[in-house]
Amino acid sequence: MLSREEKEEIEAAAAAFPVRQSVAIDALRIVQRYRGWVPDEAIDDLGELLEMSTAELDGVASFYNLIFRRPVGRHVILACDSVSCWLLGSDGLMEYISGRLGIASGQTTADGRFTLLPSVCLGACDRAPVMMIDDDLHTNLDAEKVDRILERYE
Amino acid sequence: MVQIFVENKPYEVKPDQNLLDACLSLGFDLPYFCWHPALHSVGACRQCAVKQFRDENDTSGRIVMACMTPAANGVRISIDDREARAFRAGVIEWLMLNHPHDCPVCDEGGECHLQDMTVMTGHSRRRYRGAKRTFINQDLGPFVNHEMSRCIQCYRCVRFYGDYAGGGDLAAFSLRSQVYFGRHQSGVLESPFSGNLAEICPTGVFTDKSLKRHYARKWDLETAPSVCVHCALGCNTIPGARYGSLRRISNRFNGAVNGYFLCDRGRYGYEFVNSPRRLRQPLLRKGRSGPAAPVSATAALRRLREIISDSRVAGIGSPRASLEANFALRRLVGPAMFASGMSEGDWRLAQKTSRILKEGPARSVSLDEVRRADAVLVLGEDVTNFAPMLDLALRQSVRQMPVRETSGAIPPWDDKAMREAVQQRRGPLFIATPAPTSLDAIATTAWRAAPDEIARLGFMVASLLDKSAPAPAGLGSRERSIATAIAAALGEAERPLVIAGTGLGSEAVLEAAANVAWTLSAGGRTAGLCLTLPEANSMGAALMEGGPISRAVEAIESGSADTVVILENDLCRRAAPSLVENLFEKARHVIVIDSLINPTVARAGVALPAATFAESDGTFVSSEGRAQRYFKVMPPSGEVMESWRWLAAMGPAADAWRMVGEVAKDLENDLPVFSGISAAVYGAGFRISGQKIARQPRGYSGRTAMSADIGVAERQPPVDDDSPLSFSMEGFQGEPPPPLIPRYWAPGWNSVQALNKFQEEVGGPLRGGNPGRRLIEPAPGRPEQPPAPQPPFFNLPPAPFSPPAGRWLLAPLYHTFGSEELSILSPGIRQLAPAAYLALSQKDADDLGIGAGGIAELETATGFLRLPVRLAETLPSGVAGVPVCLEGLEGIVSPGEYVRIRAASRK
Ligand code: SF4
Ligand code: SF4
Ligand code: FES
Ligand code: FES
Repeated sequence: MLSREEKEEIEAAAAAFPVRQSVAIDALRIVQRYRGWVPDEAIDDLGELLEMSTAELDGVASFYNLIFRRPVGRHVILACDSVSCWLLGSDGLMEYISGRLGIASGQTTADGRFTLLPSVCLGACDRAPVMMIDDDLHTNLDAEKVDRILERYE
Repeated sequence: MVQIFVENKPYEVKPDQNLLDACLSLGFDLPYFCWHPALHSVGACRQCAVKQFRDENDTSGRIVMACMTPAANGVRISIDDREARAFRAGVIEWLMLNHPHDCPVCDEGGECHLQDMTVMTGHSRRRYRGAKRTFINQDLGPFVNHEMSRCIQCYRCVRFYGDYAGGGDLAAFSLRSQVYFGRHQSGVLESPFSGNLAEICPTGVFTDKSLKRHYARKWDLETAPSVCVHCALGCNTIPGARYGSLRRISNRFNGAVNGYFLCDRGRYGYEFVNSPRRLRQPLLRKGRSGPAAPVSATAALRRLREIISDSRVAGIGSPRASLEANFALRRLVGPAMFASGMSEGDWRLAQKTSRILKEGPARSVSLDEVRRADAVLVLGEDVTNFAPMLDLALRQSVRQMPVRETSGAIPPWDDKAMREAVQQRRGPLFIATPAPTSLDAIATTAWRAAPDEIARLGFMVASLLDKSAPAPAGLGSRERSIATAIAAALGEAERPLVIAGTGLGSEAVLEAAANVAWTLSAGGRTAGLCLTLPEANSMGAALMEGGPISRAVEAIESGSADTVVILENDLCRRAAPSLVENLFEKARHVIVIDSLINPTVARAGVALPAATFAESDGTFVSSEGRAQRYFKVMPPSGEVMESWRWLAAMGPAADAWRMVGEVAKDLENDLPVFSGISAAVYGAGFRISGQKIARQPRGYSGRTAMSADIGVAERQPPVDDDSPLSFSMEGFQGEPPPPLIPRYWAPGWNSVQALNKFQEEVGGPLRGGNPGRRLIEPAPGRPEQPPAPQPPFFNLPPAPFSPPAGRWLLAPLYHTFGSEELSILSPGIRQLAPAAYLALSQKDADDLGIGAGGIAELETATGFLRLPVRLAETLPSGVAGVPVCLEGLEGIVSPGEYVRIRAASRK
């Protein structure tokens, strides 16, 4: 069941478009903002609300790697693995984060604190290697800097 | 025409197409995946790359996708260019990275477009040594098998299933190398066109699950051109057989009819041919009520000739038997004693249908014309369930107007761009039916009403279009405004179309539809009229003079006949039980010819095993009025014979007919309405380079071994006297004339897509024209000015619908899977057929005190019936929907009947 807040926000967004399907992505993000991720039932409910089939909407949801179809930790680390970052050592950095948190890419720490995900270019190539945690961009990374940054996210 | 240059040589090609279209039509082998002649271009796979040059001095050129580049005047390309070839080889190599290379265990193997294209590009060594991604497959129901790891991400499946066929439950999920094509979870595919995925998918991801249960490779299947027997639309099919059993049905292209597709009833209904319920041996009953014992054909015929020679015989034909079989019966019993095999109601409706089409100025449209219609009114018919491929055609017709509105800015073949431009806009489609239909979702207006009210709406539309057409009295304001909208939309259209039919059992609806189409056929415009009928040869039976079943029963009752021959007709499904009872009671001998053991066969004095469509030749006339010949795929086995042969053998004409063509010739002579049916096919004497056309492909294996259990000597192939096709791999293997094409196969093209090589241009008609001969053409246009319009409009709009108190009008509800007699014997179709039920509106159910799932008791003319109730929100009050012929409901519904309904006491 969608909450009243979720529904209201989605309806408000939908009002701006001639067809309801246009807000599919916004609606998914609204649900994710409230719940941290988008569970199966939400896809069914949203499909009904937006007059889309479950399959069609899940096709959209599963296409975007920032729509989470499985639960994530309190903080999501998006470590860039595109070319500029790779040239400047993103591989090693990813390994370092993995080792430190004890999780592989795509996993969540046992205490639910972090989820580690790879990401395509974050548009900050000039300051590579970079990562995002939640809404913050962290640039010019090295192991020591990563240690300090991770401390900040409880 | 425009001129393009390929490898510096000039070619004349049609404008308004892309380079891939043009090159394939010119006969070049250019590999492709995502493009499909019915789905057009999206440029997704990058396989059709060619080199394009600016002018004759440009030597470097650039790589373009042929399917996304217009074939404009002066365009210069090279297919053979070294870089273009390397590019294509690179594309196939990366498409194949994750492919499991499991051809030996893949059902697509041997008829796989991916195999063909891989060979064509020369990618014969695999360099990739890494791990491959694999997927978990889904159970998609009884028809379609899923093996996702073989996918090459061409997107054809979802483009067909969703974009073209309107299905909502198949999608592409995820991204990158993980893209997954399937349902959001395992479950039966909802679209009644799902089986086409097996032909649309160029790999072994989607394959035919019914074939899997008795698998044979394409090269091991005997095939012949055939026609679908599961509704009246006459879709063209290619059945494949091996070891005397039918293994699958695939599409046979007919540009005027089904094009590239079939419905799932047509594709999967074939298994009745292999059914354990087949009658395989003549049965002779001792006395009137003794046991029926199997006898040899010779013994049966001896007895039959005795019977026939000393009795007066009446005949009951069948709308599911060929023209030839019906005519053989008519010859045997004489025209006065021949009944068409339809119930009273069906006969009246079929007569009216054929009359409207023959005498009126509206044109009986082909399915292709339905696809191209730009404004449509559907009166009364649930086409999805009654004549499924009409549904698919209408899904294309609603695109006509919005596509036209893009006014040439986007080439029509640029599918992605066009769909982007069109968005959700649809052309006019008005639907008026008693119960919801699956086309409602794409309709401009879907209106629910009782049959008489639907007819009144139609009459109103006609009278708005032409004042001389009669208007119904006392129409409500809502109805009036719907009628006004319909009249406006149809009136403005270039190719307006009215669809109605016999499904509702209402003559008034047919008349209303005729009036609308006739008013629209004026001022130089010919409107389309599509009147659906229930069975494969309903139209043929209607055109053959005869009468309803009761005609034969009356002959027996009055004593003018004492024996009856029933041809491929389970009377218990069509006639009132009392009528059937009477017939069996009064007739001295009842002789039944049929392919399946049904209640009528079970009571026969003599039962004769008839060949099915797969084992016989004959002609069906589709609801369009198109006469189409089908050919044996395999010879009838044992004592089974074609119906017309039984009939010829039991009568005095015993040695008059030796082949089916002779029956057809005599039919044409006797009944001129059928003249031309033989001209449309090739006689048994037809040869190409002195050869018959081989039903078996060159690679047909095991011939010397397949009868080794009977004897080691290789047996002679059966002889086919009826047609220019042979039951052998010897014979012509190339491209025969269109009505005789047994399969699509061309050098280097082993999959269904070899069809390209058989067409005048890709996507266009077969070389030599679309098969079939239209028997019905519209009467010349109605003169604009008086004297009186010819023919006169139907003149009696029905009165408003008002059921007598305490009674409900029975409205027949059809089910794609379940309502048709033969296909229900296929296990997959049976699995999807619903159980019997009664549909009531919420209000009526409340009034009766029945909740959903409650049991209602019906009192019909023939007795009592208990059925679980389904609530149909929008069903008009006073109308009760009863599914047609679902198990336990055979012969129950007589449309137009009023019944009493009450809540059944709980037991
Ligand atoms: S499943 Fe078949 S049709 Fe669909 S994308 Fe994959 S290869 Fe193409
Ligand atoms: S629409 Fe009718 S004729 Fe065509 S395939 Fe389906 S059942 Fe057969
Ligand atoms: S490649 Fe990492 S930010 Fe662009
Ligand atoms: S066929 Fe041209 S890109 Fe796929």
